[in-house]
Amino acid sequence: MASLQNNLRSSHAARSAWLAGFLVLAACLGYGQAVNSCLDCHSAQAGRLEVTPEKFSQDIHAQKGLTCTSCHGGDSSSYDPTVAMSHKAGWKGKIDRKQIPQLCGSCHSNPALMRTYNPSLRTDQLDQYHTSIHGKRLATGDDKVAVCVDCHSVHDIRPPSDPRSTVNPVNVAKTCSRCHSDAAYMKSYGIPTDQFANYNTSVHHEALTVGGDVSAPTCTTCHGNHGAVPPGVDKVQNVCANCHVFQAQMYQKSTHNKAFADKGLPGCVVCHSNHGIHKPSDAMLGTGPTGVCMRCHAPDDHCDRARTNILNNLTQLDKAVDGADQSLRRAEAAGMEVSEARLNQDQARDALTKARVTIHSFQADLVDKDVQAGMKIAAANRKAGDDAMVERNHRRIGLGVCLIAIAFFLVGLWLYIKQLES
Amino acid sequence: MIAAMVRWLDERLDLEGIIAPFKHKTVPTHRLSYWYFFGGITLFLFIIQVLTGILLLLYYRPGANEAFESVQYIMTRVQFGWLIRSIHSWSANLMIFTAFVHMFSVTFLKAYRKPRELTWVTGMLLLFLVMGFGFSGYLLPWNTLAFFATKVGTEIAGQVPIIGHPMMIFLRGGEEVTGATLTRFFGFHVAVLPGIVTVLIAIHLFFVQRQGMSVPPKVEAEWTANPSARREMKFFPNFMLREMMAWYVAIGALGALAALFPWELGVKADPFISAPAGIKPEWYFLFMFQTLKLIPSKVWIIDGEVLGVLGCSLAGMFWLLLPFFESDKPARTRAWITGLSIFALVYVVGMTVYGFVAK
Repeated sequence: MASLQNNLRSSHAARSAWLAGFLVLAACLGYGQAVNSCLDCHSAQAGRLEVTPEKFSQDIHAQKGLTCTSCHGGDSSSYDPTVAMSHKAGWKGKIDRKQIPQLCGSCHSNPALMRTYNPSLRTDQLDQYHTSIHGKRLATGDDKVAVCVDCHSVHDIRPPSDPRSTVNPVNVAKTCSRCHSDAAYMKSYGIPTDQFANYNTSVHHEALTVGGDVSAPTCTTCHGNHGAVPPGVDKVQNVCANCHVFQAQMYQKSTHNKAFADKGLPGCVVCHSNHGIHKPSDAMLGTGPTGVCMRCHAPDDHCDRARTNILNNLTQLDKAVDGADQSLRRAEAAGMEVSEARLNQDQARDALTKARVTIHSFQADLVDKDVQAGMKIAAANRKAGDDAMVERNHRRIGLGVCLIAIAFFLVGLWLYIKQLES
Repeated sequence: MIAAMVRWLDERLDLEGIIAPFKHKTVPTHRLSYWYFFGGITLFLFIIQVLTGILLLLYYRPGANEAFESVQYIMTRVQFGWLIRSIHSWSANLMIFTAFVHMFSVTFLKAYRKPRELTWVTGMLLLFLVMGFGFSGYLLPWNTLAFFATKVGTEIAGQVPIIGHPMMIFLRGGEEVTGATLTRFFGFHVAVLPGIVTVLIAIHLFFVQRQGMSVPPKVEAEWTANPSARREMKFFPNFMLREMMAWYVAIGALGALAALFPWELGVKADPFISAPAGIKPEWYFLFMFQTLKLIPSKVWIIDGEVLGVLGCSLAGMFWLLLPFFESDKPARTRAWITGLSIFALVYVVGMTVYGFVAK
């Protein structure tokens, strides 16, 4: 009996020791972790109410120390819903869409506050938003328009530099398309919904996604982001001019600038389209399906003759540059040194590019001037390649003569040795 | 007129006395005597190097901003500049090749053994110096491949324990390969190395003339058993005329290579770009480079690269002193030295081929 009591006592003591150890360990692990009753409950919710700690931990605001109560109010330290979500504790519940810009702006429009987090971040987003078509419509009570969280997401907002961010340049078009490609959603606005599909076929999209050039245009590059407005028809060329400076300068001085403006045509878009801008080619000056001039001009008029002249000139230079390339390639394959001419080929290509830019002046004589400069360089380079091949042939003839002479000399020497030793 | 001039010189310098040893000098004739020509061909190619090098010096400008352009100028603007530069480059490679052939032929024919130990040592030193010529000359056009090959090569030299780093700084003229390295290598290539090599060639030739041509032990034994089988030819003019035939063949080969495969110039070196993928040294360093690549990064507690460099240095030192490992009873050592020579040849050729095909 005594031994049984002893065994029981020892097993009680062991259990107590284990329990004490467990409590100490649990206390250690939990030390320093703030209670967040919001996440504890909402991680168990389904659908739109679900916010897991993993998701929220990705949010830049969470990383900077903000919590649920920073936006939603309430008391996250209490597990009692009547306390945690009490109006007395400032709980706002689900933020009304119309209030979202104002709520975000309460911090993001405060330069003194924002400076403590990120001194380089702008603080005029809310002001810009008010000037945008989205902001203006929201002010009139249209809550279908985009507010901050529609683009930036919510509860897992990442900085735009993060490739996973919905507003990273690579993802912007897809983010805009969530509304603008939804025909049913956009029906009441009466605007097209094929922009995203067209943009995906464009040279800009290719540069951004295939070429990895994050400075290549996406929706916000032309339309703005917070101050999103559809560019007026007379302003499109100004947007394009931000990058295509020389083309725009020439266009502005051209006869087409006034003619298009008079007819209310949208400048660059008339020939190049807007969202589905394809890589321009000389065929745009032609009369084929990709030709653009003959959509407005009549065959054989003064402008058509100028078009033919420009196209012929460009084709001529293009062929001359190609011909010089082929000649230099042949010479290089034969081991001839033509690196100087090869370097000069860049100048010929530059002249071709310049001529193609000069097209936007719509003056055949100016294009011709650039073409002739390029033709001169291409001809010199082609001559260098051809001369190298002639030189190669001379070398081979020289080699043949020398080898024959050496062979004769060797035979003579051998005969002399034989004679000497006989 | 010429006879009068020769007589005038003979009265003063005793030309007959100088030429007499050459007149009496003979060269053994046997089934392996064609290997004797490779030393002469190597010498001939060295003379071509000196002559074409002097011509290149007329236009070449050492300096990071000028070297490439000056070689480009030689290749495109100077009359027959392409030929001189191509012959210089091809001849350099052929010279290193024939020097290796000469070295291995001497090894297999046992020509290094007593009393020709010093001839072997001077020959080996010449082989090392010729490779130094190749290494220093390769950088001079200042193209991308040359720049990075020099960078890798001097880095490997820097792995030698204790003296490696100071040696690398000395070779580069600083921590990095720059224009200072180029002018330094130019100095080695056109002044230091030619001076030393000329003196060593003179000593090497003096030894050869003094001791005569070695006869392989097997042929020697046959001749001892059957003295009537012994054959010799006069060095002058019989051997010399045959040597001249070999030189003419070398000239023809050089001309054909230069005309059909002009030595390419490449792209000007840019120290700020990354090294081209799969960069390799010139073929004559490839067997050592491939050896270093195959050694693991750590062997026990020793750094793999350091071990490789030390191994190559010790192997080179051993090869330099090869004749001194022959014992007084040659038959005993001949077998393992022949085995070692076959292994060395197979290793050098095998690793070079492996280096070419390996990525």
